[in-house]
Amino acid sequence: MNKKLIAGMLGLGLLGTAGSALASDAHTRIIASTCLSCHGADGKSKSAMPSLAGIDKTYFVTQMKAFKSGQRPASVMHRHAPGYTDQEFEKMGEYFAAMK
Amino acid sequence: MNFKRRDFLTAGAAIAAAGALPGCASMGSGGAPHVVVVGAGFGGTTCAKYIRKWDPNIKVTMIEPNDKFISCPISNWVLGGMKTMADITHGYDTLMKKYNINWVKDTVVGIDVDKRTVRTAGGQTIAYDRLVLAPGVEVRTDTVEGYKEAHAAQKVVHAWKAGPETALLRKQLEAMPDGGVFVMSVPTAPYRCPPGPYERACMVASYFKKAKPKSKIILLDGNQDVASKPGLFKWAWKTYYDGMIDYRPNNGPKRVDHKTMTVHTEFDDVKGDVLNVVPAQRAGEVTALAGARNDSNKVWCVVDFVTFESTAAKNVHIIGDSVLSNHPKSGHMATNHAKVCASAIVELLNGRQPAPTPVVANTCYSAVSETTAGHVATVFRYNPEKKQWDAQPGGGASSQGDEINHVFNWAWAESIWAEMLT
Repeated sequence: MNKKLIAGMLGLGLLGTAGSALASDAHTRIIASTCLSCHGADGKSKSAMPSLAGIDKTYFVTQMKAFKSGQRPASVMHRHAPGYTDQEFEKMGEYFAAMK
Repeated sequence: MNFKRRDFLTAGAAIAAAGALPGCASMGSGGAPHVVVVGAGFGGTTCAKYIRKWDPNIKVTMIEPNDKFISCPISNWVLGGMKTMADITHGYDTLMKKYNINWVKDTVVGIDVDKRTVRTAGGQTIAYDRLVLAPGVEVRTDTVEGYKEAHAAQKVVHAWKAGPETALLRKQLEAMPDGGVFVMSVPTAPYRCPPGPYERACMVASYFKKAKPKSKIILLDGNQDVASKPGLFKWAWKTYYDGMIDYRPNNGPKRVDHKTMTVHTEFDDVKGDVLNVVPAQRAGEVTALAGARNDSNKVWCVVDFVTFESTAAKNVHIIGDSVLSNHPKSGHMATNHAKVCASAIVELLNGRQPAPTPVVANTCYSAVSETTAGHVATVFRYNPEKKQWDAQPGGGASSQGDEINHVFNWAWAESIWAEMLT
């Protein structure tokens, strides 16, 4: 972001809008990175936990919804999935899909 | 999307003039913004790493006296003989080099919140824009009469911070004769690692069952019931160790005498061959230097959960076990605090607002035998109206142990060590 953009945003009274858009990015960054405490540094697991880096977004979202509904049995993911919204699954899916 | 400093100052002046953006970052004098992190455990390492990852323009200094990280999670497995000290000991080199963190091997002895400087035992004064304190807990050896002397003599250890005491307690257990008694006490909640004492009883029982089967464990609990995963542990004690573990709730230690090897409670005088008294805890010593042990009992630290900034000390963020909250005091939780805090610091130092409703999760496995384990897992969503974390639906604990949880218990450890240190 540069000076001109900031000045422009101030001029147009858009800073509030821009602020919330950025906050939402920070939100995704938080909820996605917290998964990596189990699923491996940089999303690349070196243990029995599955990796998330580069995962197909649609597959990720479908699986998270299945954990949430109980349709897919799990050892622990059924505890986590109900804590997030479907929109958050989408955002996390995009984040992990883009992770190299 | 990072500001260069010159751009930041210009933009900051414009914003300040317009009065449009609350929470505007304050900058140190000259150069890139500087964050100092104190304590390289689960929380501190993760916070330092993610600040550098999310904004390489921010300089990060870590202050930590120890050469290596020794993990509390899995340390009970060392006591049970399933793992060694080497398995739970990890270096800091990769973290330090990969993320270009300025590493200071030292201890903080003073904090000047107004001048924004920390002073170290080695005589350095280090300036910061934001300070992150991640000290874990201070074990209060003064809360059980006679404990200080017993502890100083290394006759009775707590081993509640993994390290030399873990190795010593293992040696004491190995030296104990078959038919001996291991007495362990559990502090009143909240304390570090709620399921830890009960997992420890399982791991020691597992060792006794194999190596000295006539031995007994007496578990003196300051709480009215098993404080975490009660179903799992009671199931395990009955299933694997029936008759070996004598669980005595609401029976915490008042006095310990290492000359007679006796733990005195309000109700019992309990003699043992190995005593493992775990006293009450409070926020790590360094938080007191910032005047940040500010809950009603002056024991834990009150923070704003959007940023983890102390409500008592401006620009001082506190994460992990030292924080007053409804989160369990676990290493996993500390890494989650670290990520919320790192994200908020990056936003603040770039003149933006932090995410207003962070979501964090705890995942905690406990082994109950050599091959089985259970878990507890909960997602917490910040509720800005209540200024508290709401536990989300779905969370809960295993009622029995199984092999798949044991596989994931070890996988969890390997993963989280990699996440914090590489």
